Amino acid sequence: MRARIPWWRHRRVLPWLIQAAAALLVLLVISALISNLVVNLSAAGLLLSWRWLGTPAGFDLGETLLPYGAGDPYWLALLSGLLNSLRVIAAALVGATALGTAVGLASFSRNALLRSLARVYVEVIRNCPLLMQLLFWYFVVFLGLPDGASALHLPGVVLAKSGLHLGPAALVDGVWRAPIRLSLEFTALLWALVVYSGAFIAEVVRGGVQAVPPGQWEAARSLGLRPRDSLARIVLPQALRVIVPGLNNQYIALAKNSSLAVAVGYGDLYSVAETTLNQTGRAIEVVLIVLGSYLLIDLAISALMNGLNRLVQLHER
Amino acid sequence: MPRKQACLLPLLVSALAISSCSRGDGPSSGRLAMVRSRDQLLCGVNGKLPGFSFVDRTGTYRGLDVEICHAIAAAVLGDGSKVEFRELNPAERFTALASGEVDLLSRNTSYSLSREAKGGNNVAFAPVVFYDGQGMLVPRGSGINSLSDLNGQSICVLSGTTSELNLANRLRERSIRYTPLKYQTADQTFTAYLQGRCAAVTSDRSGLAAKRSSFPVPEAHVLLTDQMSKEPLAPASVKADTAWADALRWIIYALMQAEELGITQANIDTRVAEARADPNQADLRRFLGIDGDFGQQLGLAPDFVVRAIKASGNYGELFERNVGSASPIGLERGLNKPWNQGGLLYAPPFR
Repeated sequence: MRARIPWWRHRRVLPWLIQAAAALLVLLVISALISNLVVNLSAAGLLLSWRWLGTPAGFDLGETLLPYGAGDPYWLALLSGLLNSLRVIAAALVGATALGTAVGLASFSRNALLRSLARVYVEVIRNCPLLMQLLFWYFVVFLGLPDGASALHLPGVVLAKSGLHLGPAALVDGVWRAPIRLSLEFTALLWALVVYSGAFIAEVVRGGVQAVPPGQWEAARSLGLRPRDSLARIVLPQALRVIVPGLNNQYIALAKNSSLAVAVGYGDLYSVAETTLNQTGRAIEVVLIVLGSYLLIDLAISALMNGLNRLVQLHER
Repeated sequence: MPRKQACLLPLLVSALAISSCSRGDGPSSGRLAMVRSRDQLLCGVNGKLPGFSFVDRTGTYRGLDVEICHAIAAAVLGDGSKVEFRELNPAERFTALASGEVDLLSRNTSYSLSREAKGGNNVAFAPVVFYDGQGMLVPRGSGINSLSDLNGQSICVLSGTTSELNLANRLRERSIRYTPLKYQTADQTFTAYLQGRCAAVTSDRSGLAAKRSSFPVPEAHVLLTDQMSKEPLAPASVKADTAWADALRWIIYALMQAEELGITQANIDTRVAEARADPNQADLRRFLGIDGDFGQQLGLAPDFVVRAIKASGNYGELFERNVGSASPIGLERGLNKPWNQGGLLYAPPFR
């Protein structure tokens, strides 16, 4: 004769009970934290408020895409900072992808010098902290650049202490004038992000190409394809399936790393937010805005990469 | 299986316990008692400004702001060395203070409306310990002799400071176009300036003079005569704890009053002995805690004034030793003289 099993030990009920208890626990902890925050904030007179966003910021920004001046409100300052962040992220994504792909493919080169250069680059760059590299590039390399007539110049590109000048440049009274002038801070940050992320992307590309079975290379060769065509038509399309998910991680990391801009004086979102926080005393609101913005940027990157991932996956019939 | 449920129960209980005990009574009440029970003062300083707060070759903190912390520790705890210094950058300082990470800020912070107001940073300021103004440092022989020569130039500034706002306001008034370059730390700001990234660097004049003294060639840089703002630098504590703010205020006033009365670190013992022997010196006896209960009213020891002066000396001594004309910083006292000598230092009466 079997003893009657209590109702809560039914295999449909028990997992639900455990889950509900766990959820209750999490909710309790969260509500404890929130009530703690509210009690302490109201004791300190700092309950959340957003009215300050509309008041004049009073500080200037070094470079903006929007027409922003010191008399404009805080939200416009923060938006200018966000656009500065997006500008450097977008440029760095393109640059790092190009550099990473080139270096990743170079590690398969038959030229031993090229192959070992690629290895050295990857090992040196990915083993040093990004902040150190950024400070090195900016304070040692870029601020050490000459200015005026002795600046580095190639046709259409002038790199001087006053910034990166693109397009036909001319020296007027010892100052470079060109159609496009990028500040030295932007250039240094972009360079550091491209070099750093490029090393990681190179590894992702290398791993992706290695994941393609060697039989594919051999099959391409037996069809009479040249190495370049085998790579472009046979191997890379298959490698992309492995590369794209890995790239997504690197892109997200790059977007987050761009907040190190504050170390080299580039007016990105975090830099503007820091000044805003200091002047308004609205620490929690400002931090929420910054966190939310980075979250949105990274979710957007992920969405794009997931779309790309669906395109390159094998569609089996 | 029942055992699993029994496990959850203590977890729930502890979660409730967290929610009830972490509430406490606000982040800041009873700071004086907290400092006493910790037996140490947590003082937020700049840490990188020669003359005000910096680490010397032997690894100890020195400077005007640092010695004020020592005086407060002496008055509150009876031992001027019971201080732990926390280095804070301008962007961190108010958050560190509000969260209770430090007991007070003694780090060249300008007293202003928005910093004191409830809707702003909401901090309580102690008396001004240094009357300063914003200045502009430029390389000698750069052809920049006044603010208007800065049109079209880049100017380095520390982000999150009142200097940043004043710079924007002063140059906007004069319709001078410029590019601000903002850095997070003073070291980065001055490195960028020395590397020639900007034509000028702006900060409080005392700070610029102090930093200049540590440049490779200090004579190669000049301070413009334009005074861009009023910068009254004062220690600060949280607004919610008025008892603690009162104690800080009167310890600092005591240092100023001591200078007015001619009481120094060297003669404090003889002055106490004299006052003890002479019942007619009523004011002095009260000030030194021989009569009356001033210390008790503030929640401090009766002789808190004597302790503070023994630890750091009077305000004049503090000034001369750290930033005065005999020190490497070489600043004139200017406005930082007692009121009866033409300055702005004025301690309300101890009565």
